[in-house]
Amino acid sequence: MLERGYRRLLRAVLPALALLLVLLAIAVFNSRAISYFGFTLMLNLAIPIALATIAQMFVIAGNDLDLSIGSFVGFVSCVGVTWLRDVPPIGIAILIASIVIYASLGALIYLRAIPSIIVTLGMSFVWQGLAILVLPSPGGATPDWLASTMAYRPPWIPLPVLAALLIAVVAQFALMGTSYGTILRGSGGNAAAIARAGWSLLRSKMTLFALAALFGVLSGLALIGITTSGDANIGNGYTLLSIAGVILGGGEFFGGLVSPFGAVLGALTLTLAASSLLTFIHIPPDWQVGANGAILIVVLTARVLIERAELRR
Amino acid sequence: MKLPLRRLAARPWIWSYLGALVVWLIAITFTHGHGAGGMLTAALALCVFTVIAGLAQMFVVTLGPGNVDLSLPANIGLSSAVAMTVMNGSESMIAAGLLAALACGMATGVANFLLIWALRIPPIIATLSASFILQSIDISYGRGLQIKPPPGFANFTSVQIFGVPVLAVLTVVLASAAALILQRTLYGRSVLAIGQNLRAARFAGLPVEWTRMITYALSGTLGGLDGTLLAGYFRGANIDIGDEYLLSSIAVVVIGGTSVAGGRANVAGVWGAALFLVLLLTMLNTLGVGVGVRLLMTGLIIVGVVAAAGSQTGNRVSGTG
Repeated sequence: MLERGYRRLLRAVLPALALLLVLLAIAVFNSRAISYFGFTLMLNLAIPIALATIAQMFVIAGNDLDLSIGSFVGFVSCVGVTWLRDVPPIGIAILIASIVIYASLGALIYLRAIPSIIVTLGMSFVWQGLAILVLPSPGGATPDWLASTMAYRPPWIPLPVLAALLIAVVAQFALMGTSYGTILRGSGGNAAAIARAGWSLLRSKMTLFALAALFGVLSGLALIGITTSGDANIGNGYTLLSIAGVILGGGEFFGGLVSPFGAVLGALTLTLAASSLLTFIHIPPDWQVGANGAILIVVLTARVLIERAELRR
Repeated sequence: MKLPLRRLAARPWIWSYLGALVVWLIAITFTHGHGAGGMLTAALALCVFTVIAGLAQMFVVTLGPGNVDLSLPANIGLSSAVAMTVMNGSESMIAAGLLAALACGMATGVANFLLIWALRIPPIIATLSASFILQSIDISYGRGLQIKPPPGFANFTSVQIFGVPVLAVLTVVLASAAALILQRTLYGRSVLAIGQNLRAARFAGLPVEWTRMITYALSGTLGGLDGTLLAGYFRGANIDIGDEYLLSSIAVVVIGGTSVAGGRANVAGVWGAALFLVLLLTMLNTLGVGVGVRLLMTGLIIVGVVAAAGSQTGNRVSGTG
């Protein structure tokens, strides 16, 4: 048991270690970036990415995968800069309806026992189509309250750091701190046991997808708070980033093993490493996506090495 | 009446051909019969690329739950650039260019497998990481690449005989070969066996890891072939030339009746589903709907078909296979 605990600790520390490494590298190459304004600038876009990563984490906790989160974020951004600004009640109604749609997708996936990758891949087209119908070309304007929220500069701690902490704490509490959170993770860990204990797997699947949609909505809103305009394709990269973030943060694809704190750390690491660090060491932006892949492979290798070393003991 | 219906239901891939027929009929009703043949010709020509990507995906998916090749789009993009660079517009280099693209695709497949095998990570994340890296290689290597394919090769990809694209005929041959390999060779039977029960296959002494490697390499190689043909057909390489084949390669496999849980493949269904998807787009274009509605409809129909078909076992993405 002791060894397993040690291994688990190492795994939990790994995401933080990766982030620390990236921060260290940034400090070496551009020490001025390690400051209040440096972090605000470098990490601004990490807020929507962290939110999308948490959304993905809820889906992965139930052994599914959401390949539509990116275009969903794009859809939310389009609704945000049109309906939410012009006729707020309708805007809010659309966003709530989209959460209901997500929950019913969870129900569909569970009831028909169909693979989530295909359903969500199909849905990614649906969200993108809807986004284009709402906002045919990039533009629109962010509601003022959103823009000013994202422009808020709290004392001492940069907003992105504060936001990341808040997101991690909320998600950690929801999934790890509540009894229903345990049921939700259990539905990914041992569905049969959860069902035999009298819990509805249908309800847990719907809850996980609804939570994913909720964080997807928050991600889209945070994004337009920064960019101040909407675009149907704005979130396309988020699908892969969010999956990478969850895995980087110590999550597993099956077994309900996810870590909210780790996921947020993973999102921060990917944001920093792929844009800021590469710029500082003068690597052309062409390699940003590739860097994400490389980081993912390096971290997963480290994880395997740790496990092998532990097994040998 | 009951028996034939039941027999139909037992062959889910027939639905994809029926679906293709229905969308084609709707389209030509709308045009009052104008361009009915031309529509089929165009659909057959475009189908080829979906079918090749679909065959690649089919072999991988048949390996069992969790097996999927998400690196196909990036692989197709990179291979198209490699093929065009090596051919460099000269007729004498066509074979060399094709071989280079096939080798590039095969290397991608082997790299995918090595990641899955060495890191013990689910194929989804392995092929995803690989595709991130491939994309970057393609962006930096293929930037501003404006090499046209050799005219002979470009013509070959679009030549028709009596309205039937030659490439489509060759792809039918390729698909038949794939079916033969799957059903009649030791390798193909091993793929099916592994997909049905990995443990049993291992205990039976099948070369599980070899079979998986060959399958990912095969998928990569088919991706390389697809990239080369696409570059010929669209008169040049492009980074996002393969993007649409992420969804469509998976969609045609599932709609065509291949089991997502693995162990059961259907080559005829891949063709039917590809025809259905391409004709669906043609129909929506003919009806004159905007890009938003087209995307919306495509997505809804895929979700609808998958929901209607359902799956008996092994939902969810799980396991390393």
